[in-house]
Order: sequence, then C-alpha cells, then structure tokens
Amino acid sequence: MSVFFTHWLTQNLLVLAGFALLAWTLWSVSHHERWRRAWLRFRADRTGLVALVVVCLYLLLGALEVVRLPAGKGGPQSVLDLFLSGITTEKTYSAPLATTLLSSAQPEPLKGRHLLGTDALGKDVLRETLKACKTALILGGLTAAIYIPLGTLFGILAGYFRRRVDDAIQYFYTTLASIPEILLLIAIIFVLGQSLTSMCIALGVTGWVGLCRLIRGETLRQTERPYVAAARSLGQSHWNIISRHLLPNVMHLVVINFVLGFSGIVLTEAVLSYLGVGTPVGTASWGNMIDGARSELSRDPLVWWNLVSAATALFGLVLALNLLGDALRRAFDPKQG
Amino acid sequence: MFNYVIRRLLYSVPILLGVIALTFLLFNVLQTPEAAAAMAIGSKAPQQAREAWIKSRGLDRPKTEQFVKHVKNLATFQFGTSWKTGRELNEVFRQGAGPSLLITLPGFLAGLLGGVGLALYQVYVRKSLLDRSITLFAVALMSVPTVVYIFFLQAVGALMLNYFPASGFDWRGWETAKFVALPIIVMAIVNLGSDVRLYRTIFMEEINQDYVRTALAKGLSSGVVLGKHVLKNGLIALITLTVATLPRLIMGSLLIENFFGIPGLGNLLVMAIGTSDQPVVLACTYLGSLLYIGGLILTDVCYALADPRIRLS
Repeated sequence: MSVFFTHWLTQNLLVLAGFALLAWTLWSVSHHERWRRAWLRFRADRTGLVALVVVCLYLLLGALEVVRLPAGKGGPQSVLDLFLSGITTEKTYSAPLATTLLSSAQPEPLKGRHLLGTDALGKDVLRETLKACKTALILGGLTAAIYIPLGTLFGILAGYFRRRVDDAIQYFYTTLASIPEILLLIAIIFVLGQSLTSMCIALGVTGWVGLCRLIRGETLRQTERPYVAAARSLGQSHWNIISRHLLPNVMHLVVINFVLGFSGIVLTEAVLSYLGVGTPVGTASWGNMIDGARSELSRDPLVWWNLVSAATALFGLVLALNLLGDALRRAFDPKQG
Repeated sequence: MFNYVIRRLLYSVPILLGVIALTFLLFNVLQTPEAAAAMAIGSKAPQQAREAWIKSRGLDRPKTEQFVKHVKNLATFQFGTSWKTGRELNEVFRQGAGPSLLITLPGFLAGLLGGVGLALYQVYVRKSLLDRSITLFAVALMSVPTVVYIFFLQAVGALMLNYFPASGFDWRGWETAKFVALPIIVMAIVNLGSDVRLYRTIFMEEINQDYVRTALAKGLSSGVVLGKHVLKNGLIALITLTVATLPRLIMGSLLIENFFGIPGLGNLLVMAIGTSDQPVVLACTYLGSLLYIGGLILTDVCYALADPRIRLS
C-alpha cells in the first residue's frame, strides 16, 4: 500500500488529478451568474490579478517539483531538477556569490557560483527554496482534500436539515474548537508521529471547523430564499436541492476560505517546524530553513542567506494568498469591500 | 443575571466532557500502549521493561476502565508526574503560570491598544490613500512568520543595541522588566496585522449608524465622535471577537517563551514535545481548552452585562 503511494508514477497522477479537479470545479461554476459577475469585477482589480499570477507561479513551481520523470541517474528525477541540473553541491556553508567556502582557515575554492549561497550541507539555497514550494503545495493540497469536503458537507447538512442534525454538528465542532488550534495540532502530530501526512491530517481536522461554521450560516440564509422553497414544492429530493441548488450558491465561500486558509497553513508549517512537530528533517521546507537559522544567526560570520531567502519566499506566497483572498471577497461581495 | 451565568456554566459541561473524550481518543486509543511505552522509556528498552511499564500505567486494562480513570484524573486536575523529569505536574504548572502571564497579558493589552488606536485612526482618515496603505501594511504584517519577528527583534534589541538581555528570566523586582520587554513587544506585534483589520471593520460598521450622524449634526468634532461614541459602541463587538482570538495568544507565546528562555507554560510544552513527554502535552491541551472555555463564558457574561437584551434569548 505504502509502496503504491510513494511510487513516483502514482504521485504524478495524484498531482494531475488534483489540478484536474480544480479546473473542473472552476469550469462547472463558470456558467453561474454569480461567478460571471465576480469574474468581471475581479478582472478590474489590479492587486487581485497580480496576486493571482504570483500564486499560480508558486503552484507551478511546486507542481514541477512534484512531477517526476524516470530519466534520472539515481532514480526518477523531478522536472525542476532537470532545469537546475547544472547547480553544484559544496561541502558546507558559502556566502552568496562567494568563491570560497565560509568557515575554513585556508580558503577552499567552490565548484560553482551560488546566487544565494549554500547551506550547512552545501546545498544551493536558491534551489532548496524553490524545491520547498513542493512542500507548501502538498500541505495545502492534501489538507484541502481533507477539510473542504468535511466542512462543506457538514455545514450544508447542518444548515439544511437544522434541528437534531444541526445540534449534533454544532456540538461536535464547538467541542473541537474548544481545544486551541495549535495545541490540538501538536497533540495530533505528537500521537500520529512526525510526517507530512500527519501534519495534513492534523491541519485538516482543525481546519474544517471554520469552513463548516461559514457554510452553515450561509446555508441557513439560502434556505430562506424562494428558490429553495420552489425546488421543494416541485418535489425535488433533498440530494438534488443540496447538490444542484445549495452547493453552487455557497461554493464561492469555500474558495475564499481555502485561499485564506492556505496562507494560514503555510504560516503554521513554519511554527510547527520550529516546535519540532513540523516537516521532517531532510524535506526541503521554508519552516525547516527558518528553524535552522536559530543556530546560524549565532555563528560568526553570520549566516543570514538561508533565513532571508526562505522567509522571503514564504512571505511572498502568504502575502499573495492574503491579497488574492481579499480580492475574491471584494469580487463576490462588493458591498463589503 | 445570576440565572444566565448558571445556564451558561451548565451549557459548557457537555463541551468539557467532549474535550476530555477527544483527548482520550487521541492519547489512549489512537496511540497504542506499545507506542506510548516506546516514547516513555525509549524504543531500545528491553521488551520486559516496556511490558512492565504498560502494566504499571494500567494501559493493559479495558478501555472503559481507562476512560473512567482518565475522566476522573482530568476532572480533578490529577495530571500525575512527568515521564522525563519525574516532577509533579501541578507544581510545575503553578511555577510556570507567573512568567507566562507576565508576558501574555501586557503583550495582549499593548497589542489591543495599538490595534484599536491604529484602526480608529484609519476610520478617521477613511477611504483615503493613507487608509488603504495602512490596510496593505496590516496584510503585510500578517504575512510574516512569528519566528522572523522574534529573530529580528532579538537581533536589534539585544544584539545590536545591547540594551535587553538576549534571553533568560529571573524574578528581580523591577529588573524583571528588562527580561520580559522584548517578548512583550513581539507578543504585541505578532497579531497586530490581523487585529487592525478586524477592528477597522468593526468601527466602519459603527460609523454608518444613526447616532454618529446625530452627533456630527449636533456639531461635535469628528475626533470626539470617534474617540467617545464610536469607540464605546464598537467595544462590545470588539470584546467578543478578541476573546475568540485568545487561543492564538497561546500559539504566539509558545515560540516567544521558548526563544527568549522564559520558564512559562509555553516553554514547558515546547520542551515536552522535544522530549516526547506525553503527560505534559496532554495536560497542556486540557488546560488550554479549559482556559478557552472559561474565556468564552467570561465574554458572554461581559456581553450580557453590556447589553441586557442578550439575557432574554
């Protein structure tokens, strides 16, 4: 089973399936009046467009690192590796664009130039920073695959059926939300063991509550509308009303919530990695690179390039996601903007 | 009012039970006794030692029996002893609470004051370029990871200016202030971005109310209306929303305490994660939830005091 999931071909297919799902969702909602109008408003929003382009660039980089080809020397190689194959690996730290290693008494010449220097293991920092997009993409994608179906389904069920169903779902998420998020994350990863998968599960379990609340509220409002009453009086089944009428009308909230939630996930990864329950050591991630700076900042001479490039890359993605989320919110709900 | 408080307290009992059940599910069901033993005395310990350990903790008993014990322990605050240091946890928590509060409370208040001030100013210059710039600045503040704030302030305040100690803590009367100054500043800044945006939304909603128009029509200056009327009315909504953000306070203080070497609860938890000290993680999770639920009750009571209509529903 685990061989199946770690095989490079399966992973390629999973990534493709994820992007296909995203494209299909966008395609199927694009006929909707609300989405068309939102797109017209979004098109005129310059900040939002720039943010969208930046986010897409990050996603593309991440996808290039996840998708692997069989043509490598030591096993399958990622597409990004092919582009960056000319980059050499040194023995240890070297400053940006330096010609010698950092900390040796006798200047030891480097094999190549490194725009952002090299880290403790001599790996090129720029390459590691780009590779870390993959971790962010996997975290965001897998977490979304867990929490979006959960949150949307429970939210709609609670808002549509009300009474007992609503009480039960509300009780469940109120209880879950009573444990401060970071403590629940730590406890779950602590029990499941440190890995990317358990981080996604933990983030998924804590993340659906906010979405569920949002969807529940909106569904409560939507079910008061005449179109739901009309669908009911025409004898439509519960399933039809939920999937054909309610779901498309709350979908924009899911998208906005996911974009803003993604930025939270990336920031949380940095916190968890600092606490020692984040991305396992050896996997390129911005959190791990920033965490490594704890010892690097007290070195002499100071090693700052690792921290700066990881923090900048992370900041860029989170800022773009935040701005994109705001722009989407303005586009869907112009009164609030 | 008394009835309301009682009702509110009773309402939180099932939630508390739910939290206890969740922690049981995590630490006693999802985690096998073997895994717990390996964590406690090391996976290289001999098989017999691990089995003896499981027996001594009662982890081989039926789950129902374990659950009853779990509920009893948590409900009476019997957290037992640490796996790694062997110290009584209640004692450890009592010692850690002081330093923790010394950081979180002033930091939270400073952040609140700064956030409210900035948001009020934004409303004062609303819909101008300055307003939009502050919003953009707030989004940028939100996008910086906490660790980077800590690194930066430590580098500037302690290493460059050499005014504050880089880390450490000691009870020394007024001298203590020097140890906690940097952590408090970080604490205040970490959530400033999201807070300013939240407060601005609240105050912008108030500014469209009729009473604001009346006050302005009476000839009161815009500053007085904002500082007195809008602030007072906005505070009700603000109280509810700030308590909802209190859990984030714990998140910030985890990193801050650990990095600046403050011997508080957050630091305790970080150390426990590093050494796989499960009783501490469990107790922190439970206490954190308890504090949060207590905070929510307090908010509702404050809310009811401020707005009598709430009590009826």
